[in-house]
Amino acid sequence: MVKVDGSGGKSLIQVRDLDKTYRRAGEEIHVLQGLNLDVESGEFVAFMGPSGSGKTTLLNLLGGLDVPTRGSITVAGDEVTNMSASSLTRWRARHVGFIFQMYNLIPVLNAFQNVELPLLLTKLSKAERRAHVETALSVVGLADRMNHFPRQLSGGQEQRVTIARAIVSDPTFLLCDEPTGDLDRKSAGEIMALIEELVEHHNKTVLMVTHDPLIAARAHTTLHLDKGVLVEGKMSQAAPAGSFA
Amino acid sequence: MKFARIIFANLLRKKVRLLLTLGSFAVALFLFAFLAVVRDAFGRGADVAGADRLVVINRTSIINTIPLSYRDKILRIPGVKCITHNNWFGGIYQDEKNFFPQFVIDAENQRQVFPELVVPDDQWAAFLKDREGAIVGARTAERFHWKIGDRIPIKTTLYGGGSWEFNIVGIYHGAQPKDDETQFWFQWDYFEERIPQAIKGQVGWYVLRLNSPDDAVAVSKAIDDEFANSTSETKTQTESAFAANWVKQFGNIKFLILSIGTVVFFTLLLVTGNTMAISVRERTSELAVFKAIGFSDRAVLFFVLAESLIIALIGGLAGLFFAVLAVPALGRALNGLLPSLVLSKPILGLGLVLAIVVGLISGMLPGIMAMRMRVVSALRRV
Repeated sequence: MVKVDGSGGKSLIQVRDLDKTYRRAGEEIHVLQGLNLDVESGEFVAFMGPSGSGKTTLLNLLGGLDVPTRGSITVAGDEVTNMSASSLTRWRARHVGFIFQMYNLIPVLNAFQNVELPLLLTKLSKAERRAHVETALSVVGLADRMNHFPRQLSGGQEQRVTIARAIVSDPTFLLCDEPTGDLDRKSAGEIMALIEELVEHHNKTVLMVTHDPLIAARAHTTLHLDKGVLVEGKMSQAAPAGSFA
Repeated sequence: MKFARIIFANLLRKKVRLLLTLGSFAVALFLFAFLAVVRDAFGRGADVAGADRLVVINRTSIINTIPLSYRDKILRIPGVKCITHNNWFGGIYQDEKNFFPQFVIDAENQRQVFPELVVPDDQWAAFLKDREGAIVGARTAERFHWKIGDRIPIKTTLYGGGSWEFNIVGIYHGAQPKDDETQFWFQWDYFEERIPQAIKGQVGWYVLRLNSPDDAVAVSKAIDDEFANSTSETKTQTESAFAANWVKQFGNIKFLILSIGTVVFFTLLLVTGNTMAISVRERTSELAVFKAIGFSDRAVLFFVLAESLIIALIGGLAGLFFAVLAVPALGRALNGLLPSLVLSKPILGLGLVLAIVVGLISGMLPGIMAMRMRVVSALRRV
């Protein structure tokens, strides 16, 4: 169940009174203002909103890539906002899987090596890493492409590798920033089907930013950000008042 | 090491650039080794000089001679163990390009004063018996393919001119690789016999051995005092000081080589630093991804430094390897103008250390930039 009024209990992701302010040319820009959010495990949430509304900023804060000006973010009981930079790095490795619009694969590494990257930070043996990587690539349907380099893959396949890299270490949640933004409609549909499968069959929690209402419609919940405030939502199924589930 | 694949994959990403950077290191280290070897050779005289040896020359200059009669007077000075005398011959073998130093020696005492230049006893005995005999250093003998029994003509424009004939009766070797094996010795008696009357009884310089190196100052002063106010005043100095003064005639070699070396390494630092900076800038978004998925700032710094260090090591080792091959050729090309050129282990070690230092410094700045890079800003640049 997703809530935006700060009334959630012990949810997986708890955001309280979150502010993010940038200072540019002496002027303060309030990107996020007093934002509250509760996301339960296994939810698939889409954030929509016009450019500059703070969607990516929110995603960066949730992923521990940026720090808020005020407020707190708690994930699985860990308050992210109080962590040092090095603790935050370790926390990201353990809890967050990133899926970027531009895939951001390492071009000099093949699909297997790209997916293996997060596991290099663990104490897994080489054989264990191989098993995990092969499983992740099988989940995204690229078991037969593991020796291919990014330049040898289509956009959709590259994004699948990115998804495999994001899930290989079994993180607490996935953050997707416009995951289909650079894909044609068919590939986008396939990627969304894959993300849905991760949610439905692998019980992954997914937070996704998108401009596309059709893509957003496939999430359990769509939240709209406007000028830094969660102003409205779309209920995809019956839920109590004040919550979006 | 599980990160090795990442490091090597990044290294090989731009192969032409990698080769050029490796080449820069190789050329710089090659030059370094060459300069160090030449500098070493110029300083060799001072290095190999016996601590217990003094050289007595004419106070006016080394080209002015000293009477042979000084020999016995010097020997009487307390602290002097033995003495020999030499003259510069300055002859030409077939062609002026075939330079090698020829010395007139005091056959009775040369071996006692220079025990490190080893002549087999039977060859020395043959030398003493043959007035026209000559002992030649192993390098010079090898250079001209001389062997014992050969008769060698050497022309000179000094000492009345003409062609002097010598019988090669012995070949000396240095006790250590750095000892000079290029000299040609022949007997004082033969020399005295052939030179004009007006210049007979004059030696170029004396070299003497002391009972103890601690006596060097006192004995030097005693010798110079002994011949003060004479027609041929003397200047006595340790053999190392004499060798150092000799090198000074060529200019400040050490400063020159140090200057060139500094410029070479500073340029190398700029080239590799710039290359690494470009390489890191090109990979900003990739490094941001590494950091996003949990690689620490230190890991990113490590990747950049490791790349830089590997380039430095491979390039440096290649340069030093080529220097090892090329130094003997340089020695041959110089035709004995310098004592033997030796690329010693300390030079190789220093070269490697310099390569590592340059590699680390050139990788440090881009590495720190990568380390401090904000992931959010870097990802936005994609």
